[in-house]
Amino acid sequence: MTATLDDRIVFEDVSKFYGEVLGVNQVHLSIPPGITTLVGPNGSGKTTLMNLMTGLVRPSRGRVSVLGIPPGQPERLFRIAGYCTQFDAFPRALTGYQFLYSFLRVHGMGDLQAHQFSFKALERVGMVEAAHRRIAAYSKGMRQRIKLAQAISHQPAVLVLDEPLNGLDPMARAETIALFRVLAREGSHVIISSHILHEVDQVSDQVILLSNGYVVAEGQIQAVRGEMHLEHPLQVLVRCNNPSLLASRVFAQDHVAEVKLHSDRLGLLVTTRDPNRFYELVNQMVLEGTIDVESVAPTDDDVHSVYEYLIGNEGGAA
Amino acid sequence: MSGRLPWALWWTQTLAILRLEMRKNFAGKRAIPVYLLAAAPVLLFGAHAVLSPNCEHCDPGRTGIVYAGVFQLFVLRLAIFFGCVAIFMNLFRGEVLEKSLHYYFLAPVRREVLVVGKYLSGLVTTVLLFGLGTLLSYLILCAHLASVKNTELFAGPALSHLGAYLGVTALACLGYGAVFLVMGLFFRNPIIPAVAVLIWESITVFLPPLLKKISVIFYLESLCPVEIPYRGGSAIFAISADPTPAWIAIPGLLGLTVLVILLASLRIRRTEINYGAE
Repeated sequence: MTATLDDRIVFEDVSKFYGEVLGVNQVHLSIPPGITTLVGPNGSGKTTLMNLMTGLVRPSRGRVSVLGIPPGQPERLFRIAGYCTQFDAFPRALTGYQFLYSFLRVHGMGDLQAHQFSFKALERVGMVEAAHRRIAAYSKGMRQRIKLAQAISHQPAVLVLDEPLNGLDPMARAETIALFRVLAREGSHVIISSHILHEVDQVSDQVILLSNGYVVAEGQIQAVRGEMHLEHPLQVLVRCNNPSLLASRVFAQDHVAEVKLHSDRLGLLVTTRDPNRFYELVNQMVLEGTIDVESVAPTDDDVHSVYEYLIGNEGGAA
Repeated sequence: MSGRLPWALWWTQTLAILRLEMRKNFAGKRAIPVYLLAAAPVLLFGAHAVLSPNCEHCDPGRTGIVYAGVFQLFVLRLAIFFGCVAIFMNLFRGEVLEKSLHYYFLAPVRREVLVVGKYLSGLVTTVLLFGLGTLLSYLILCAHLASVKNTELFAGPALSHLGAYLGVTALACLGYGAVFLVMGLFFRNPIIPAVAVLIWESITVFLPPLLKKISVIFYLESLCPVEIPYRGGSAIFAISADPTPAWIAIPGLLGLTVLVILLASLRIRRTEINYGAE
């Protein structure tokens, strides 16, 4: 599929200042469909970026468009977009069902359609049984799920989720991640901010790494990692029948920075600035019949490692 | 997309907002003071009827002036005033403090429609509550007088006076509602400007005719069916002015409301969600 501006979320030189405080600065992004995760420490600009794409705040400079629609036109934007914010607050005196139904009516839906869409969303987040209880009596996890239900209730093509896994128990987390995958497979843009990096890693098609209001990296995580090989050589674990022989061959390579024998002596940890040449060497040895390889896997090409290398501890806890 | 404006959608959305907001206006602890304010004249005239069943001093003219006094000095200047402060100021300000305004901002609804829907919800709520208070208190007064004097329930101009009081009640909610809606949007702490409005509305009786006209209460009192005579010390300083005719007062209040709603719409279009700064 050819990507056009009308199927992307686009930031063009966007900056946002809250008075003299920097929110985000000089952001250029073009986000394709799929699951995109915003990763960064507290205060790095993740929520500001989400608020900008949904029009809750306006850019101080630059332009934002969501599938070709400017966020300043909520009457158009929220026909195709839903946003689950991090605010743990709800309109007073409503049950979960009333919350969904009422806002679907605000969308302009009729009684029956609003009712059907409400229950469909409640089913997707597993909240049907609690639908007629007051939100004020919900647990933190239930409130998180009812917010998610409200964001997806009108079946948006763009779903923006600020820390959507907060407060969920492990089972609900797994179900929610599965739901994100389904939505992404259906062609939606799913934009997630999360500080739980291993979950981000499982679910993301691409990541946007933020630090101090700047986008420090974006794209598929392996591609981002690939651009860092010179500064941060890739560590690869090779499990094979003769790690010592492999080590002796690898030592002779100029791109190899470090070689360590795995503690179980059945694997070799190789740190290389040129993974492609290293993989070629392994292939060659396999073809020569000098080693039998069980597996070859990078150990630091995940979001966590990229995050550590690019952002480290500069922004506090992520 | 055709160039025609989607009036049907806007109307549907306005009604949806109205329903949602009415639920919030009538429920919760915040509504209790409004109920008490609306019920106060009913309790007052009810207590009078119970405590003075024979009411030797009662006569239609005197009773009419007493009701006019209570209506103008308490119902209009205090009960409806503070009722509108509680309801209209919180339509937006309350949602900002409760961090729930963003749900509306994340719906495909024009901000102008949101303002109109919220304003109408406040108007319907206050007109219902204070209209009911006015109706019941007047009915109690008429019933008491009718039983004492052994006359019909609506003797003389009582029924037309009731209609006028109900109309003034609705206009008071309309005018004060518009003023406090916009204050809730423009001021971070709207209580201070509300107190300023209260003081201004209270001293209009002592102001020259031109300044009197820059108030809501002047037009409302002009529409009341019975004028209250000023007596005692305050009468020395009171400056009388010809009441504004209904054909000016009513469109004037409606015009003020439209103007204020336009102002509120402009403001809300530029409003960002930044609860952290509140």
